Amino acid sequence: MEKFAPVTRSEDGQPVRYLIVDDSVFARKNLARMVETFGGQVVGEAGDGVSAISEYERVTPDIVLMDITMPQMEGIEAAEKIVRDHPSARIVMVSSVGYQENIVAALQRGARHFVQKPVKPEVLYEVIKYVMRDEGTTARGAGA
Amino acid sequence: MRMDLIQPFINSADAVLAQGLESPIAIENLSMEEEAYRRKGIAAEVCLMGEIEGRIIFDVDLGAAVQLASRLAGVEVSETNEELVREAVCELANQIIGNAITTLNDQGFHFHVRPPTLHTSEQGSKSSEDTEALVMVFNTASGNIFMNVALRHHCPGALERAAVAG
Repeated sequence: MEKFAPVTRSEDGQPVRYLIVDDSVFARKNLARMVETFGGQVVGEAGDGVSAISEYERVTPDIVLMDITMPQMEGIEAAEKIVRDHPSARIVMVSSVGYQENIVAALQRGARHFVQKPVKPEVLYEVIKYVMRDEGTTARGAGA
Repeated sequence: MRMDLIQPFINSADAVLAQGLESPIAIENLSMEEEAYRRKGIAAEVCLMGEIEGRIIFDVDLGAAVQLASRLAGVEVSETNEELVREAVCELANQIIGNAITTLNDQGFHFHVRPPTLHTSEQGSKSSEDTEALVMVFNTASGNIFMNVALRHHCPGALERAAVAG
């Protein structure tokens, strides 16, 4: 996999902490592998929207990567509930279902960005840098 | 069955499989099927509801599924790691069908998709006159992949909207 300059939190230089939400174990593993190449740390995983909300409360991640089509509660509804309680939550929707109506609905309910599956690491990397930039996140060194 | 409903699935499978396998793929065969679906390997099923209704079965020979899982996971996946192999097939189905649905929705067809589920029975339901299935066989370096698409268009108004949208 391509080498990326680590993305860290500028205030303490610590790795960006991720919550990965997807009903597919396989997709979660893939995303975890990607964010680790960005220097990130996976602090929690969830397989549906309901678990995502409780995991968010438990681990308070810097960023959430959230699938849309999931059992029990879909990702857009979960994102809305998380942002309602935590307005500064950074949620990036990651889904293969990327039609305009869906993207607009996700953004209107508080998601910060959208990445379509199959995820290209270089695209996700740029989105993470963009979404975290108001936090003063830095990407150290060359590469990417 | 309308080809304008099917073409996005062909394009999506072509793009997602080529990216996932990092090699070109070819459609080896394309046929209409009215008989009940017979599973060939590890299969995932996705159901659609709305203006377009029906189901799509994405079926991969075991050998091809193991190779696909290994390529997608970036590590060697053993045939005995059934859960990961099944997950890989479901995730591929999710990506291929999701990308096709994106195209169809942006063309004006409105419908909803359920998460993929493993298609475990040996035989699926028989197609009816208006949900005749189209079976596509994709030939990859890792083996054959079958996609069985049985869709029914529900709302005539959507076609006019799609035509206007271009």
